[in-house]
Amino acid sequence: MKCPPFDYHAPRSQAEALALLARHGEEGKILAGGQSLVPTMAFRLARPASLIDINRIAELDYCRAEAGRLRIGALARHARFERLVAPGPTGALLARAAEHIAHAPIRTRGTFCGSLAHADPASEWCCIALALGAEMRVLREGGERLVPAADWFQSVFTTTLGHDELLAEASLPLLGPDWRCGFAEFNRRAGDFAVAMAVTALRLDAAGHVAGARIALGGVAGTPILAEAAAAALLGAPPTSDRLRAAAALAAEGFEPTEDAQVPADYRRDLVRAMTRRALEGSLAT
Amino acid sequence: MNWTGRRLPRTEDPALLRGEGAFTADLAAGARAVRFLRSPFAAGRILSITAPDLPPGALLVTGADLEGVGTIRPELFRFNYRAIAQPVLPRERVHFVGQPVAAVVAATPEEAEDIAEAILLEIEPEEPVVTIDDALRPGAPILHAEAPGNTVVDGTIRHPDCQAAFARADRIVEFSLRSGRQNATPMEARAGLAAYDRATGRIRLTASCQMPHMLRTGIATLLGMAEADLQVVAPDVGGGFGQKMALFPEYPLLVWLARRHRGSFCWIEDRNENLIASAHSREQRHHLRAAFAADGTLLGLEADILANTGAFSCYPTTCGVEPLMALAEYPGPYRLPTYAARARALATHTCPAAPYRGVSRPVVTFGLERLMDRAAAALGIDPVELRRRNLVTEFPHVTPTGLTLDQASYVEALDRAAEAADIPGFRARQAAARRDGRYLGLGLAVFNERTGYGTPAFAARGMGIVPGYEVVDIAMTPAGDVEVRIGASPHGQGLRTTLAQLAADRLGLDPSRIRVIHGDTDRTPYGWGSFASRGAVIAGGATQLAADKLATRLRRAAARLLQAEPEAVTLRDGAAWAGEASIPLTEIARRVHQRSEQLSDLDGFNLAETAQYDPGGTFSNACHVAEVEVDAETGHVRVLRFLVVEDAGRLLNPLIADGQVHGGVAQGIANALLEEVLYAADGNPLTGSLADYLPPSAAEIPLIEIIHMETESPETLTGAKGLGEGGAIGAPAAIANAISDALAPFGVDIAELPATPARIRALIRNAR
Ligand SMILES: Cc1cc2nc3c(=O)[nH]c(=O)nc-3n(C[C@H](O)[C@H](O)[C@H](O)COP(=O)(O)OP(=O)(O)OC[C@H]3O[C@@H](n4cnc5c(N)ncnc54)[C@H](O)[C@@H]3O)c2cc1C
Repeated sequence: MKCPPFDYHAPRSQAEALALLARHGEEGKILAGGQSLVPTMAFRLARPASLIDINRIAELDYCRAEAGRLRIGALARHARFERLVAPGPTGALLARAAEHIAHAPIRTRGTFCGSLAHADPASEWCCIALALGAEMRVLREGGERLVPAADWFQSVFTTTLGHDELLAEASLPLLGPDWRCGFAEFNRRAGDFAVAMAVTALRLDAAGHVAGARIALGGVAGTPILAEAAAAALLGAPPTSDRLRAAAALAAEGFEPTEDAQVPADYRRDLVRAMTRRALEGSLAT
Repeated sequence: MNWTGRRLPRTEDPALLRGEGAFTADLAAGARAVRFLRSPFAAGRILSITAPDLPPGALLVTGADLEGVGTIRPELFRFNYRAIAQPVLPRERVHFVGQPVAAVVAATPEEAEDIAEAILLEIEPEEPVVTIDDALRPGAPILHAEAPGNTVVDGTIRHPDCQAAFARADRIVEFSLRSGRQNATPMEARAGLAAYDRATGRIRLTASCQMPHMLRTGIATLLGMAEADLQVVAPDVGGGFGQKMALFPEYPLLVWLARRHRGSFCWIEDRNENLIASAHSREQRHHLRAAFAADGTLLGLEADILANTGAFSCYPTTCGVEPLMALAEYPGPYRLPTYAARARALATHTCPAAPYRGVSRPVVTFGLERLMDRAAAALGIDPVELRRRNLVTEFPHVTPTGLTLDQASYVEALDRAAEAADIPGFRARQAAARRDGRYLGLGLAVFNERTGYGTPAFAARGMGIVPGYEVVDIAMTPAGDVEVRIGASPHGQGLRTTLAQLAADRLGLDPSRIRVIHGDTDRTPYGWGSFASRGAVIAGGATQLAADKLATRLRRAAARLLQAEPEAVTLRDGAAWAGEASIPLTEIARRVHQRSEQLSDLDGFNLAETAQYDPGGTFSNACHVAEVEVDAETGHVRVLRFLVVEDAGRLLNPLIADGQVHGGVAQGIANALLEEVLYAADGNPLTGSLADYLPPSAAEIPLIEIIHMETESPETLTGAKGLGEGGAIGAPAAIANAISDALAPFGVDIAELPATPARIRALIRNAR
């Protein structure tokens, strides 16, 4: 469990980092918090020839509300979100989820954007990004593109990010007070990756009817997924306890669960039903 | 001033807390790094091992290089034991995934791993035997020709009147249970550093081990070297729990390298290796049948015990340790008139089993205490009352397997626990919670813990190597400090503190003047180590004896110097007293060593003594109570409360005793809920990292309440009983009973541990 040999670069600016990425191509990898990359290298499952450490690039270290969106720079650490980074439902949801990510020492190093780039299917940030419709700002030498969350996740640990690209920023919509966000996660030990998680967002109109609904599930398939049928079933009516239950049941049926020795498929469906209902109920409780 | 019995902070702790402990890896600077190439197949024939061009200074060692090196082949002369042999490095076949097949040496561990990766290992896979069912299947592949049917141990105890008890019974309770496989997961994994001394030609092996003297004997025998040419040192050791008792192939290989290449070689095990290739334990299946009278009296018990003990037999205890412990100790603290049992150890293509804190008794207690709860339900008797009716109350009591239970407090501990648990109050809360769809449960586990047993107990097992006694050398230095050299080798138990307390009282000295020296075969007398809850009892007894002998010498010298009779001299507050007259012990020490002409007529007088202690053994006892909440939708179990009533006889240091209980209970809770080593059908381990094998974090362990009782043992010198394993023994049963209680509305019975959320959900789903 020692890393294979690699070169190490510590650029001081975004431009320098992009140049290094262009130069090293497939052989290079960005090192952000290192909380996923370094263990993967220790197991020799990843063996980049060059590490491009972005931790000294001050211009990437920010998290600010701007024009209705929360802009999260590549060096914003998980721990930053434990306290409200913005008023309203978005900030509260992030704070709620942050405490579920690993343990304090890991949260002080791991980054929000690193989680999105790593794309663990059980990542809280990935699930929230999909639920709220995040947008990724991706840079490469001489180019830039914006990728909506719906197009970002390809499969386990795989995104649309190219080898020469840097995820410079992710942004989330700052939801208004008519939105209610919910979060529920199941894991066996505090700080473990989720066995199942649900992120929900409901918009209630003046009459108390559901006018908008998003439900995302994490840890249950190769990527975070949207439970669209379940969300649609909530629209146009008050979120009664029976309707939440019915939506949760739909969420549990509407996907192909990943299976492993410890988590059979039907158990994962049980968890999705429970987490979805709890997230929805929790979001309406306050 | 009485030092014994006080909550003295451990003298070991300051250095550990400051990060100044010296573990094997801390001592390895300058040594060349060894990386073991491990089998990727559970079973197979080695066709070839081809190395790339090795960089200068690098080495590759395979089985073919180890001409003349013996095999690890422990003996047991009873219970149909078949001696099977483990090569240091195999030449023909591999027997489990993770088995060392070759060793690579390089300047750094990174480089050694790079080279190991590039080695071409050609193995022709063969059909593996992975589970208990695989091993027993007629026509299954046989791991070792010496052990037909893959049965390495097959022990029986059968009382002739057992069948009659069942014929007479009003109620027969019968069920099977299963315990998953576990890894002791010490915080520090295994580690070894072998260094050649050019001046003397001796080798010093520094190793993270529990039995340095035993390791020396084992390695010297394997390598055919003089035992006197090998020094084994156990420096700070980051936990062992039994895993570090065994003689593993890695250590003789390090010593072989140091001898052959006259240098220093170190191997620091990584977590993946530790999880797949150190030692596992507890994979067992029991079938129980018990006969009860209508009034709840236990009339007879039948047990069929199967243990999956992996590919080889651990040295020196052998793979019989698990099944035979279960065979001998199933009756527990209960009056059992008649008993019939069979216990087998089965060889499979999996990591070998070794002792782990509690050895079988966590599984036995799980079986017995589920039995008591099931019988209580079947007979309509309160579970506390049913236990009370069957617990042994008169001592000494001889069990149906011939063990003698010394004075204990089985019923009293149960009653104290039941009272402290406030069972009526709990039942009210449970009922209220159920009305809200929440499932609370309370479970208890009563057990006894055989501790501090010496040579006769081990000899009765028919072991080829019989541990048991401990020797302590004690001496006062010219400056009046005392050195206590012990053969036992603590690795976290705080013996340096406890033994100093014991000696301090016998010598009238402050414990800060006493140094306990351990873990070094050059500096300590031959002894066994720390395992089987024996340190405080046996090393403690030997220390007390040695200190008494030294005290006698000091009194004789003092009598001479004070012109008094030795009988009139007492030792206290660092001085020897005869009436009003006194002389400081420092002064006696100085005179004995440096002005010996004043004491010349005391023939051969000095301040050194030796004592040996070898007790028959004593049983501590405890009652654990767990309160849990089960989330019926997810199967998750939260432990809300954990209470331990512990009776370990006279407490030498209650602070350390509490620590032992806390650690044991935490492991027991994890064994009940979280930790399980899993293999795929092809014998590949599925739990090779701590993301898949789940030791608990602080968040999963509740506050542990401890109530101590102190029934002093008549069988031990100090009155103390051991308690190192009890926490791990009782907790799984208490948790299993609590979950079963919580889920009684679904008719769920926990018969398999760990009770993972997925398993609990499946039980609930199938019950509905
Ligand atoms: C014990 C443990 C428990 C954990 N538990 C959880 C958990 O419960 N939930 C959870 O979500 N995570 C968990 N993690 C993972 C942790 O959150 C990581 O910090 C996170 O997944 C990756 O962020 P990082 O900044 O550390 O990225 P790194 O490890 O540095 O990088 C990860 C990958 O992303 C790439 N990358 C990183 N940043 C960028 C960027 N800006 N642009 C392009 N590529 C980039 C890297 O090249 C690499 O491939 C856990 C980790 C550990 C060690």
